[in-house]
Amino acid sequence: MILVWMISILLTGGLLCWLAGRRNNELVKWIALLTLLVDFVLVGNLWFQHQGVVTSGASTWFIDYKINWIPSFGISFHVAADGLSAVMLALTFFLGILSVLCSWNEITQRTGFYYFNLLWTLAGITGVFVALDLFLFYFFWEVMLVPMYFLIAIWGDKNRRYAAYKFFIFTQAGGLLMLISILTLYFIHASQTGTYSYDYFDLLNTKPEPSTAKWIMMGFMIAFVIKLPVVPFHNWLPDAHSEAPTAGSLILAGLLLKTGAYGIIRFVLPLFPQASAEIAWWAMLFGVIGIIYGAMLAFAQTDVKRLIAYTSVSHMGFVLLGIFAFREMAMQGVVMQMVTHGISTGALFVLAGMIKERLHTRDIGQMGGLWTSMPAMGGVAMVFTMASLGLPALGNFVAEFLILMGTFFVNVPFTVIATLGLVFSALYSLRLMQKVFMGPPKEEKHLKDFSTRELIIMAVLSISIVFLGLYPQPVMDMVKGVVLHLTMRS
Amino acid sequence: MHQYLFLIPALPLAGFLLLSLGGRHLSRKIIAWIGVGSVSAAAIFTIILGLQFLQAPPPEGSYTQTLWQWMSTENFSCAINLRVDALSLVFLFIITFVGALIHIYSSAFMRHDRDYARFFASMNLFVCAMLLLVLADNLVLMYLGWEGVGLCSYLLIGFWYETPANCHAANKAFYVTRIGDTAMAIGLFLLFKELGTLNIPEILQQAPQHFTAASPNITLIALLLLAGGMGKSAQLPLQTWLPDAMAGPSPVSALIHAATMVTAGVYLIARMHVVFQLSPVAMDVTAIVGALTLFIAGCSALVQTDIKRILAYSTISQIGYMFLALGVGAWSAAIFHFFTHAFFKALLFLAAGAIIESLHHEHDIFKMGGLRKKMPLVFWTFLAGAAALAALPLISAGFFSKDQILWYAWSAGNGSPMLWFVALAGAFITAFYTTRLMIVVFWGEMKTHIGEYPGRAMTIPLVILAILSVIAGFIEWPHNMVHLTLFSDLVQKVLPATMLQDDLPEEIVFQIIAAATALFGVYTGYVFYQGNKALIEEWKQSSALMQIRNFLFKGWAFDQLYDALFVRPFKFLTRINKSDLFDKLYNGIALVSRRLNQLFSISQNGSLRWYIVGVLIGIIFILTLQLML
Repeated sequence: MILVWMISILLTGGLLCWLAGRRNNELVKWIALLTLLVDFVLVGNLWFQHQGVVTSGASTWFIDYKINWIPSFGISFHVAADGLSAVMLALTFFLGILSVLCSWNEITQRTGFYYFNLLWTLAGITGVFVALDLFLFYFFWEVMLVPMYFLIAIWGDKNRRYAAYKFFIFTQAGGLLMLISILTLYFIHASQTGTYSYDYFDLLNTKPEPSTAKWIMMGFMIAFVIKLPVVPFHNWLPDAHSEAPTAGSLILAGLLLKTGAYGIIRFVLPLFPQASAEIAWWAMLFGVIGIIYGAMLAFAQTDVKRLIAYTSVSHMGFVLLGIFAFREMAMQGVVMQMVTHGISTGALFVLAGMIKERLHTRDIGQMGGLWTSMPAMGGVAMVFTMASLGLPALGNFVAEFLILMGTFFVNVPFTVIATLGLVFSALYSLRLMQKVFMGPPKEEKHLKDFSTRELIIMAVLSISIVFLGLYPQPVMDMVKGVVLHLTMRS
Repeated sequence: MHQYLFLIPALPLAGFLLLSLGGRHLSRKIIAWIGVGSVSAAAIFTIILGLQFLQAPPPEGSYTQTLWQWMSTENFSCAINLRVDALSLVFLFIITFVGALIHIYSSAFMRHDRDYARFFASMNLFVCAMLLLVLADNLVLMYLGWEGVGLCSYLLIGFWYETPANCHAANKAFYVTRIGDTAMAIGLFLLFKELGTLNIPEILQQAPQHFTAASPNITLIALLLLAGGMGKSAQLPLQTWLPDAMAGPSPVSALIHAATMVTAGVYLIARMHVVFQLSPVAMDVTAIVGALTLFIAGCSALVQTDIKRILAYSTISQIGYMFLALGVGAWSAAIFHFFTHAFFKALLFLAAGAIIESLHHEHDIFKMGGLRKKMPLVFWTFLAGAAALAALPLISAGFFSKDQILWYAWSAGNGSPMLWFVALAGAFITAFYTTRLMIVVFWGEMKTHIGEYPGRAMTIPLVILAILSVIAGFIEWPHNMVHLTLFSDLVQKVLPATMLQDDLPEEIVFQIIAAATALFGVYTGYVFYQGNKALIEEWKQSSALMQIRNFLFKGWAFDQLYDALFVRPFKFLTRINKSDLFDKLYNGIALVSRRLNQLFSISQNGSLRWYIVGVLIGIIFILTLQLML
């Protein structure tokens, strides 16, 4: 029931924001913040109740809640959480709070509607992370998409229309393929058992013909790799990320991309164990291509948000590589990568947003020497640049190290090429640092360093990335059961 | 005492945290107290710990302290564990003791700098990372220290970040060492795949049983680790970053780019000696890399004009000696050279820094001159360092360590006359360029006016290091002279003793040749730069010689080579694809649909005539089709 509460609190909070937005813009922000804080407390509670429980063999689900929705079609409102969901929910509300905080002064127009969209996107994401009915899952998949489209199209930057369309069309194309796959699976299940059901646990037992299974899986897979994204389906990402308002970029990079990875882990691997084993080599190849290709594009960019966006393409390549290694270690790394990339890249986008608020440009050619006037921001930017290039003691290192070491057992050449990605990540990360914060100061006027609100956001992010780098074990223990279950099956 | 081991890295870390978080609100005096105090306290702890270690060595030869579990999954588990044995003790001592001296010096050297707190924060973080590197009991934690020192090196080379050249130097250092680090990471993966552990004592214990003689994987592992060491220690072909790294403040060059970080490769190889011993190929490669590097860098040092670049090339060359010693199996000789080198090279950099500061940031040695009388203290201390660098027989620490390496280059199990000869040629070159440096800077007439003289905080570290540069060698004498081998007795608790070949010439012959070579090098330098100056002028007329000189000056044109091979192709590739190939594809699809839309919308223009024509054309088309079929 707690999961239903989480979603409904967000949905109600969103509606309240919209209503309150007609009267009082200050109140809206506090409603949004409070909504997310309540959810964060709920997920914290969930976490502490179930930490350290590594259920061996039996069920890995802590909570399982199911009521009928449209029984005649076999649709139920079925939500459940295991370690993986718990980690992703914690990340969702954590970044959600920060996204409200970083919109605090940035959004001045139609504030109520803005926070409505923000909270509804988060509600969709939350739903995606807990839905165990495929129809419901598809429903939430759409719920997170539409408000995000508005966030980009209304509060975005100059080229926002183009970016929003592109985002919508790419994701929607993938979503429709997924819908076809869901329906196919649904009917195959019905023809095999005689009962119509969208339920995850029912569909797990469906055994389509291997050749059919492959096609159905591809439908899911394409939807998820577009979200992840994987080269060559990544083109929506740089535009959407760079045009979106800061909170939008934070949610896109921190959470929306993760729904792709989550989908592969939750649905593709368990539903189609054989078919996914068959495409493993190809998937890993695309992962490696993504790592290198994304890094090379990141190096060439002159728009600071585009640059960070392409680093996401590169980092998500590690996720795809790690998932299809089918090793416990690599899978643990994948989950860590999802969390730490959310934090570190989210932080970089927030920083980019703060710079843009001050300089009114995203062009790194017009920046330089910002460290002098904003030493605190320079220091924090250094932390996250280093996180992004995988410096040990920061979370991303743990993730990438585990992925690479796990993958090394499975495919040596791919791992070696992916490891070379570490050199490439140094290239783009340091270039970013040098162009923006180092070199002779370009701006004559004095720029203000962090305000207290900004300092709180960045301090929280910095502490979490260091904590995850030095003590990742709590997260790893949390997902251990799920990861074991997954890698044992395949 | 060893339950307080964690304090040794924790103190500098605390210094870093205090200075980086609150540095802007502290006065310079407090900043200096925190920065210098944290490292000095770590040094005092190290000395107490070291004395206890020597008096009552632990039964297993090491102390281990477990701090916390870092990560554990599948069969992989690693903890934040600190472990100190004889080898790490030597490194601990150098890092904290020389580090503390350099911090004291810096408190005066950097006194006018705007970012005083940032400087000490980075220096403290460096000391912490370096200590973790040598205290790590598993390779992952060592990798943490390894990358951590790289970060600090980057931060400090680019300390004056407003000058673009400094940023480039910092980036270059990071990139080049990252290449080595990446190779090392792959080495760790392979090691883990083979042995299932990354814990150092376990690796050393299991490797001999697991690997058969000359198995290709052990060679590969050793070579990958070596590549990591070559990056950090600026060995051929990854040496190009170090000369540029001199863009950082002089104390940084002394601490990071002379005494400690650049010897991390030496530490790594000595630490993993079992792995290297299992692979004769890797040992040979190490020796050859060392020999080539010491020669190539020595030649470049001959023609440099920037005082810090001379010292930088000489550092590369001296670390080449250490690699050579490791490669021939003279483990303790390599560590001994690290030990003495840390003192005299730190001294030379600090003294150079004092000169540069007094001469209004003049780096060109040909614009110095005549400083012997004006700055006597700097002169005498520099002389002590230079004597050690040139390995003047018996009166310098450098002689004792370098003589050992030269002897083992021939006589050790893996040595050969060829390696010895290259090392000897290097010794001559070293003596020659050291003399050149001394004469040009300290003799002759003054060319630049002296501004400010160094204060006591700068001179005291110089004096202490100068004394050590003279006497530090006395703890380890050649076997045939005095029976005193304190140093090798200590490190051979960890490292294997050096095996000698049979049927060797007398050791004394080698010693005489080595001593004579050094003296001859000094003499040649004297002749060229003091005795018969016309000769150099004459050579400058010859274009062939000048071309050679320029080639050496540019460090054998490695930069140009890499630029053409890697940098420019990479920049070209990324530049042409800046707007992303695939985007064109999708925009193409969008364009095609828009064009099709335009095309079809022509037909929907609401004009009846058009529609009738359309219907007629359709009818004719269908009729023709029917007639033809």
